[in-house]
Amino acid sequence: MALELITSIKGRAVVVPGDDVDTDRIIPARYMKCVTFDGLGEFLFYDTRFHEAGGEKDHPLNDPRFKGATILLGGNNFGCGSSREHAPQAIYRYGFRALITEGYAEIFFGNSTTLGMPCMTASKADLQTLRAMVESDPSLEIEIDVENRAIRAGGKTFPAELRESARQALVTGHWDPIADLLEGEKEVDATAARLPYLAA
Amino acid sequence: MGKTLFNKVWESHAVRRLPNGQTQLLIGTHLIHEVTSPQAFAMLRDLGLKVRFPHRTFATVDHIVPTDQAFEPFADPLADAMIKELRKNCEQFGVTFFDRKTGKQGIVHIVGPEQGITQPGTTIACGDSHTSTHGAFGTIAFGIGTSQVRDVLATQTMALGELKVRRIQVDGTLRPGVYAKDVILHIIRMLGVNGGTGFAYEYAGEVFDRFTMEERMTVCNMSIEGGARVGYVNPDDTTFEYLKGRPYCPEGAAWDEAVARWRAVASDPDAPYDEIVKFRAGDIAPTVTWGINPGQAIAIDETIPSVESSAAADKESVAEALEHMKLTPGAPIKGTRIDVAFLGSCTNGRLSDFVEVAKHIAGHHVVPGVKAIAVPGSQIVALQCQKLGLDRILREAGFEWREAGCSMCLAMNPDKLVGDQLCASSSNRNFKGRQGSITGRTLLMSPIMVAAAAVTGVVSDAREVFPTTHPASN
Repeated sequence: MALELITSIKGRAVVVPGDDVDTDRIIPARYMKCVTFDGLGEFLFYDTRFHEAGGEKDHPLNDPRFKGATILLGGNNFGCGSSREHAPQAIYRYGFRALITEGYAEIFFGNSTTLGMPCMTASKADLQTLRAMVESDPSLEIEIDVENRAIRAGGKTFPAELRESARQALVTGHWDPIADLLEGEKEVDATAARLPYLAA
Repeated sequence: MGKTLFNKVWESHAVRRLPNGQTQLLIGTHLIHEVTSPQAFAMLRDLGLKVRFPHRTFATVDHIVPTDQAFEPFADPLADAMIKELRKNCEQFGVTFFDRKTGKQGIVHIVGPEQGITQPGTTIACGDSHTSTHGAFGTIAFGIGTSQVRDVLATQTMALGELKVRRIQVDGTLRPGVYAKDVILHIIRMLGVNGGTGFAYEYAGEVFDRFTMEERMTVCNMSIEGGARVGYVNPDDTTFEYLKGRPYCPEGAAWDEAVARWRAVASDPDAPYDEIVKFRAGDIAPTVTWGINPGQAIAIDETIPSVESSAAADKESVAEALEHMKLTPGAPIKGTRIDVAFLGSCTNGRLSDFVEVAKHIAGHHVVPGVKAIAVPGSQIVALQCQKLGLDRILREAGFEWREAGCSMCLAMNPDKLVGDQLCASSSNRNFKGRQGSITGRTLLMSPIMVAAAAVTGVVSDAREVFPTTHPASN
């Protein structure tokens, strides 16, 4: 069950500023009262994008110049807090296909990778350069080279980090691990049989 | 060379190495709830799969339950649909459901230990980041996303990279009036909200040796707020004493064998750690958050930081926090007016939390204008409190006494802040909007500090409000 090989992603980008952007902010809890992930995209960053009484706030995702962006540029410790997969689901369903930030919270990183959405890490200085480039030219195309862990934009190349296990999973089409996990069925039984609390 | 508990549990549960280098890890116990499981069950149906170990899968309902309504249907049709969906999934896939009618319903991280399902040397996964709570028992417990809930349902395993282990040692004696909540808020303040990324936290030292299981749970619960996906305490006699006689624990000869295994799974004295961090218990004060993440915390006698006084890397987030919190930089946190007081959550919704508050609050009353609610973490906690008359003491002091659930910790049920209300809260997150109002403000603190704020109407030092917390004045 080979999945799509995610080796490179090209697209325009938008900057979502700030460190420690938590998953409550990415998708407010009231939108988790649902039994499917369908339609979550429209509620992405809802409370920072819209006034309580309705109407748009000043937010990059509301800026027409950045409509259609598929790469999200963020700060440090992105996706901290709640383990809700609703957060990366909302980001993906809004139309994003990759993120570049200074760092991610552990659970968010894993949840995103499982959706085939690479979470690249770049240095603070390189991110500042990238942000400036994107803000001065919203039509700028950015290429994320997942395979070689690099970001290319406007004739420049920036090094990027991506944990090796995630890189492997993405470029070989194993980012959703369910097929691999199902294959280990016999070994699962053998491992369980060795553990008294499961063997009983 | 010895091994840490983390390494031992990891090795005994490692099924095999996956093509991408991660480990396929066996999950001994899977806890599920209504919010993060419905999509996983749907994926299971799409793939034509069954629950692999239904007898190791346990469900409860907590996030969406109204705490002011004991009957169904729930007033909120979305919440009602979610409990019905969970009930249907549990029936169809043969999963044990601690539904409300069983009298065992409650917050998933309170139910597991209460039933004796949470045991040392085992692995637990749950689609909730506060799953780290179970680490108090020497369990390696992971908060996971919904696709991983699907993975565990279908295969009883998940794909994971191994974590490093940081030992956090707190030695000495806590000062009177300083609680487990203060210890973890202090640790997060010092190590940062992302300081634990890539680590399992092993909490150790004299303070943890003396802590009760409920205190250990409060600390392990908030590991994720410090970025650590897993936090644990080595099992000892305190652990075994807590577990003995609980419904899912072994009995007779099997109990003795289990205790021997549990003792052996603790970290060896010569185990190597990737890092060791030490704190002195005497340096820890009653601690409260002032900002919009749990690391933005200060001691009760400190002043609210200013942008100018903050490190360069923090200036932006301090400015953002001050703007949201509408607090005055440089002013003492003590004396800040509150609107709401919340006692409860998977951090501080256990029997000992209510016992401690009830012990000191008698003779005091919630000030007019402050809404105060006390929400037991489970139906069993509620019953225990009622048997001890704690619900009556709290009611007489002006708290509303509610049904078990997550309540005001997160905005998925009717318990929410309104407008820019400021809440003294015994919960675990102070993110913008966390308690249900976009402009709502949360100050995290220990239950006794919540009680002190409730009866004075302002953020207070509980040691001054309740001199009984301070043995010297007895």
